[in-house]
Amino acid sequence: MYPSKFDYHRPSSVQEAVQILSANPEAKVLAGGHSLVPVMKLRLATPTALVDIGRIEELQGIGRANGSLRIGACVTYHEIANSDVVREAAPLLAEAAGQIGDRQVRYRGTIGGNLSHADPASDLPAAALALDATLHVSGPNGSRSVGASDFFVDLMMTALQLDEILTAVEIPAAQAGSGSAYVKFEHPASGYALCGAAAVVTRTADGSCASASLCFNGVSATAVDAAAVASSLVGSDLSDAAIESAVNENLSIPDPTGDMFASAAYRQELAKTIGAQALCTARDRA
Amino acid sequence: MAGANNTNGAQGVFGSSIRRREDPELITGQAKYTDDLQLSGMVYCTILRSPYAHARIRSIDASQAEALDGVLGVFTAKDIEESGIPGAIPVGWLLPDMKIPEHYMLVKDTTRYVGDGVAIVVAEDQYTAHDALELIWVDYDPLDGVADPHKATVEGAPLVHEEAPGNIAFDWEIGDQEKTDAAFANAAHIASLDIVNNRLIPNAMEPRAALADYNSITGELILYMTTQNPHIHRLLMSLASLGLPEHKIRVIAPEVGGGFGSKIHHYADEALSAWASMQVGRPVKWTATRTETYLTDAHGRDHVTHGELALDAEGRFIGLRVDTYAAMGAYLSTFAPAVPTYLYGTLMSGEYDLPAIYCHVYGVFTHTVPVDAYRGAGRPEATFVVERLVDEAARVSGIDPAEIRRRNFIAPDNFPYATQVALEYDSGNYAGTLDKALATIGYDDFRKEQAAARERGQHLGIGLSAYIEACGLAPSAVVGSLGAQAGQWESAVVRVHATGKVTVYSGCSGHGQGHETTFAQIVASALGVPYEDIDVIEGDSGVMPHGWGTYGSRSAATGGSAIASAAQKVVDKARTIAAHLLEASEEDLAFEDGQFFVKGSPDQTQSLPDVALQAYLAHNLPKGIEPALEATSFYDPANFVFPFGTHIAIVEICSRTGHVTLQRYLAVDDVGNVINPMIVDGQVHGGIAQGVGQSLYETAVYDESANLLSGTMLDYAVPKAHFLPSFETDRTVTPCPHNPLGVKGVGEAGTIASPAAVVNAVVDALSPFGVTHIDMPVTPEKVWNAMHS
Repeated sequence: MYPSKFDYHRPSSVQEAVQILSANPEAKVLAGGHSLVPVMKLRLATPTALVDIGRIEELQGIGRANGSLRIGACVTYHEIANSDVVREAAPLLAEAAGQIGDRQVRYRGTIGGNLSHADPASDLPAAALALDATLHVSGPNGSRSVGASDFFVDLMMTALQLDEILTAVEIPAAQAGSGSAYVKFEHPASGYALCGAAAVVTRTADGSCASASLCFNGVSATAVDAAAVASSLVGSDLSDAAIESAVNENLSIPDPTGDMFASAAYRQELAKTIGAQALCTARDRA
Repeated sequence: MAGANNTNGAQGVFGSSIRRREDPELITGQAKYTDDLQLSGMVYCTILRSPYAHARIRSIDASQAEALDGVLGVFTAKDIEESGIPGAIPVGWLLPDMKIPEHYMLVKDTTRYVGDGVAIVVAEDQYTAHDALELIWVDYDPLDGVADPHKATVEGAPLVHEEAPGNIAFDWEIGDQEKTDAAFANAAHIASLDIVNNRLIPNAMEPRAALADYNSITGELILYMTTQNPHIHRLLMSLASLGLPEHKIRVIAPEVGGGFGSKIHHYADEALSAWASMQVGRPVKWTATRTETYLTDAHGRDHVTHGELALDAEGRFIGLRVDTYAAMGAYLSTFAPAVPTYLYGTLMSGEYDLPAIYCHVYGVFTHTVPVDAYRGAGRPEATFVVERLVDEAARVSGIDPAEIRRRNFIAPDNFPYATQVALEYDSGNYAGTLDKALATIGYDDFRKEQAAARERGQHLGIGLSAYIEACGLAPSAVVGSLGAQAGQWESAVVRVHATGKVTVYSGCSGHGQGHETTFAQIVASALGVPYEDIDVIEGDSGVMPHGWGTYGSRSAATGGSAIASAAQKVVDKARTIAAHLLEASEEDLAFEDGQFFVKGSPDQTQSLPDVALQAYLAHNLPKGIEPALEATSFYDPANFVFPFGTHIAIVEICSRTGHVTLQRYLAVDDVGNVINPMIVDGQVHGGIAQGVGQSLYETAVYDESANLLSGTMLDYAVPKAHFLPSFETDRTVTPCPHNPLGVKGVGEAGTIASPAAVVNAVVDALSPFGVTHIDMPVTPEKVWNAMHS
């Protein structure tokens, strides 16, 4: 539980942080530290330097403008789960953030750290996918934006370069007539998602499905967008039967995860149940 | 704080729910654990552990580590051998024809489990000590390993020790095979199950730690360590490991944060810390990381069993046959051989009048960390076998599970009852707890609700576990005849000071049980002295007489009895002095609420503090009476104590996910007289939580090469509060007939009873699917597969 030696930097701007990262390819960004520090204590990660971005002002804050919600990378799960602005504009994100870990974790862990770490069993990646979030990134060559669907590359791998920092997450504000739900079946040891389903549905005036989205955590190397399920629902009456058949007939998890607690086959079955449950709850809230 | 701490002096203190006096220090972080202690000049020890379950060591190159700034030394087995100490980690329970392979403080040439100690580093700080571990280059020749206790006995399995063919450490039996086989030949029904009792990792909140301070001038070693039994550790350090004279070793248990058995055992690590202090001439501290806790704390359970129960046509049990492969791990840990034998086979009669029993056990070496006593130790495994078989017997005979138990209980007028497996039960009223439990849970109503729920496609189940445990182990001569290399009596000193305040010393060594509270309650009642005037001291071999520590639910029954005996001696002496002061004869004196007076004349009194002052002044003592007022007692129990009870679990199963929700859990226990009901409830709650953990969540998983896969808290599921319902507890009281307090043990009851209750409930819920057994932990996937196969 004693990490290897490392240098510690506490830059006061994103620009300064990027400079340090550019100069030191062995450096890692430290945000809430709830994923990085444990692996450092186990010496599974041995960065030579930490760049603590926790006190950079521009990475803080939740704001809403021009029909979208903008959340600074260093905003904590607790702030997200308890923010009226987020609850109104992106209730799915608030619901998912409120289910992460325990109280202590939620007070320290950040949205930017979570998405950059890209643990597929964590609770935010599927929510970011389902909400079609845009991730703003700064690097030595300036800023760029990456869609959530392009951000998660592989197991704990993202589109971020070593010298880039995720600075903010932008989410289109929830439309009228939409409902969402995050349903999680947790691993009893880690509290991570054995299967977590993030669903959004929008209903037309007659109650039929105008659009839908269903994404999963915990079942594959990255968060999974079950687009075939969602598109098959469009135009349906969103009845329990319609949702169940959409899920049963169209859900396919690429390379499903299997481990000593739950096999790949079981996770696929679980995804159907949890996915349908998330869609039904989202429908009820729409 | 609310008024629960107002004890109103001594009256009614025994039996009242006084708040634990230990807690303010613990919950405000003021308590000092081993790792909190700092000594001048202290350095740190870390231990290089084998990454292979089984490997030959070709060579070790520590030169880079030794050259690191701040490293005082790197040591291997060769250095220990050259120092001339015995260097052994001994086993403390001998069975006939048992193979006892050498267990040295560090590996000499072959590693036998992942975590086996290969070398140690001593350095100025923890960081350097850990850095240096990465600079020791060991050339390993990896060999095949085996982790499963049944597979380990199959021909061709890799051998853990050359001298133990088939990996068999011992081949043990109890009962009458011929008689039992004859019973099965005449059976109307036979219940038969294959059972795996899953391997568990103890997970005390505080990891093991040691701080050793050797004084080379005086030759004295002070060893602060996480121990449940300081005197046992002193004895084994002296005799087997370090070779220092026993009186030159002082073992101190500071605050100890849980043990569940894992801090009974004598491990290499604490001995290595002490030896390191002898080498470098400075105090040496070692604190296990949580990873080391998983890799090196002795695990629990790990049985593969076939069990059968024979019934006659009336549903009476006529024979029980059990065959078990019990893992020992790579070496024989301190009390390991006793656990699947004398703490297991002897419990096979359960609460039942069973005329024929035969239990056969192979103790098996595997390439895993040693297995030893873990909360319940053998008795949860036995109870699980018996209570699962009883439910299966109910199924095959078509008799209700509650009724079949009642039909086979040993009747209350049948005590003392000699079982077919060596125990003599002294007392019991098994139908008493069963009836109370069934009434409280509403058993008949539940069966109706269950049937209605099934109509709706909802799956509810109820599970009974009618358990007995033998604890408070037991006359020393008896355990000695069974192979124990230890006594099982307990010591106490009750010292009344000149002002009437009292210090109690116990040879027990609490680590969460609340002895400072309950032992003071015993003395307050015995002496009539206010509870607040009594302090209890434990856990220092330099301060109290030899004792055997705290484990096996023994502290109240043996330690408490020792205290009661010593207190009685104090009262007897005080009576003699009081009679002298009152100018009366002793026989004429009454003693009530701490006051001596002549019967019928309560006006003229001598209080215990009055007598104590006179005893210390010694100006006017009766002839032949020595000054001072204290007594020592060494109490050797006449028998085990036999707590029992009925636990009932109600579960609901989600057919879509296989998730098991524990809806209700009721424990009706009989632990004899109760010293502190709140503490008894707490013990029961904790035990149930751990037993539910075993049944639904916990399991140590090794791969085919014997690597521990469930090596962190990310994978190994310790139950969390929100997994559990609010437990319901109740009691009946059948006092122990042979100890002065009428108390029995309670610390292990919950872990002994609950796994069978929960699994019986799950199997009951799944019975419409034709499920007759499901192995622990009952994970959602196992349930889902059972429902969909």
